[in-house]
Amino acid sequence: MSKTYYDPADLRKFGNITEWNEELGNKFFDYYGKVFEEGALTAREKSLIALAVAHTEQCPYCIDAYTKDGLQRGITKEQMMEAVHVGAAIKSGATLVHGVQMMNKVNKLEM
Amino acid sequence: MKKSLLARNNDLANTERQLEILSNGIFANGELPTFAKKIKETNQFPLRPKKLEILQINLGYMCNQVCSHCHVDAGPDRKEIMTRDTMKQCLGVINKTGAHTLDLTGGAPEMNPNFRWFVEEAAKAGIKDFIVRSNLTIIRANKKYYNLPEFFKKYNIHVVSSMPHWTRGKTDKQRGDGVFDKSIKALQELNAVGYGMPGSNLKLDLVYNPSGAFLPGDQKALENDFKKALKDEFNIDFHDLFAITNLPISRFLDYLIASENYEDYMYSLVDAYNPAAVENVMCTNTLSVSWDGWLYDCDFNQMLNLKVASKVKHISDYNEELLQNRDIIINQHCYGCTAGAGSSCQGVVA
Repeated sequence: MSKTYYDPADLRKFGNITEWNEELGNKFFDYYGKVFEEGALTAREKSLIALAVAHTEQCPYCIDAYTKDGLQRGITKEQMMEAVHVGAAIKSGATLVHGVQMMNKVNKLEM
Repeated sequence: MKKSLLARNNDLANTERQLEILSNGIFANGELPTFAKKIKETNQFPLRPKKLEILQINLGYMCNQVCSHCHVDAGPDRKEIMTRDTMKQCLGVINKTGAHTLDLTGGAPEMNPNFRWFVEEAAKAGIKDFIVRSNLTIIRANKKYYNLPEFFKKYNIHVVSSMPHWTRGKTDKQRGDGVFDKSIKALQELNAVGYGMPGSNLKLDLVYNPSGAFLPGDQKALENDFKKALKDEFNIDFHDLFAITNLPISRFLDYLIASENYEDYMYSLVDAYNPAAVENVMCTNTLSVSWDGWLYDCDFNQMLNLKVASKVKHISDYNEELLQNRDIIINQHCYGCTAGAGSSCQGVVA
């Protein structure tokens, strides 16, 4: 068994998930490919969104993949970091906005 | 300034060592298919030349820059430059060749003291289509080069210039401190004589190489970025952008190994393999001549010292019929020309 949960080389094997369920695997990859095509959003904009989400999901495979993808598309490191901050802002905002729930509960329980 | 691999006595200055790396490891243990195996799958083996269109002549490995990705391992410490005698041998084949374009490269081809003489003589011999692969900074390197834009214009030379990024940081990191500012100045001077202007027949194209262990993105999207940034910030115009993949040889191979990116990079190249690109790789319509007159399928094979597989191996014995009847020599570095939309000295090929 591997001594770590994550192995960077596993990213190359992502396509292998079709081996144990070809139909669903293929449907996923078709969908995935379609999502990232140029559309109302440019492929570059989608790449930056993916990078931000990769960070909020804390997926090391996705971070590697979309950092490289961004570099290939000519996205600068400043743009990438701004995208990560967008993800971080939403993530921290999502935490903090729950503070209102906490405040509501405190206000309800306290005399 | 950094030194060339050769001046540093680096292991990879030895082309046999480079070929050993490219042939062994992940390609020997079957983890990745060799390039030969890959093109056999699509019945494209052996790779054969089509009509010869471009004679690419390397005027020498001397250069005023030491770029970190350079496949030539060029630099100021490289003294190998083409002599006038070898140039005369090249001129001697102009009337015998079907090639319509003379593509002059280096190093910095302009640093060869016989560069202008060679262009003038080639023009007299009937060449109308010239390409000069200029690193741009040479135009600002010394007073004797200041009038290069006028010289290029006189012979209607198609100028193809390296410009890895529209930002100073990325450009200087790859090509050396101060290169960006000098390149911008040189581009403005080329624009001033008419090069690269909309509608101008004085062609000015830029070459983009990724500044790291990743492949180039969509050529058109990158071109749009370059055009917008260079126009908005520096009022610079150019025609087309060629997105060229870095091939895993020489200084770029050294970088890949030192940064532990070699295997991942080779995987990226193999994953992005596109059989449609094989059809138009530049070795099928180009012949490469080294500074000392040897013949190669391409500039990359030249740098790996893989001479053409033909009885005719030197410009002094030039025989186009015999040369065209050859198999092109391939190795794993060829994946660099067939990844994604393909890569050549003219940009994408598929």
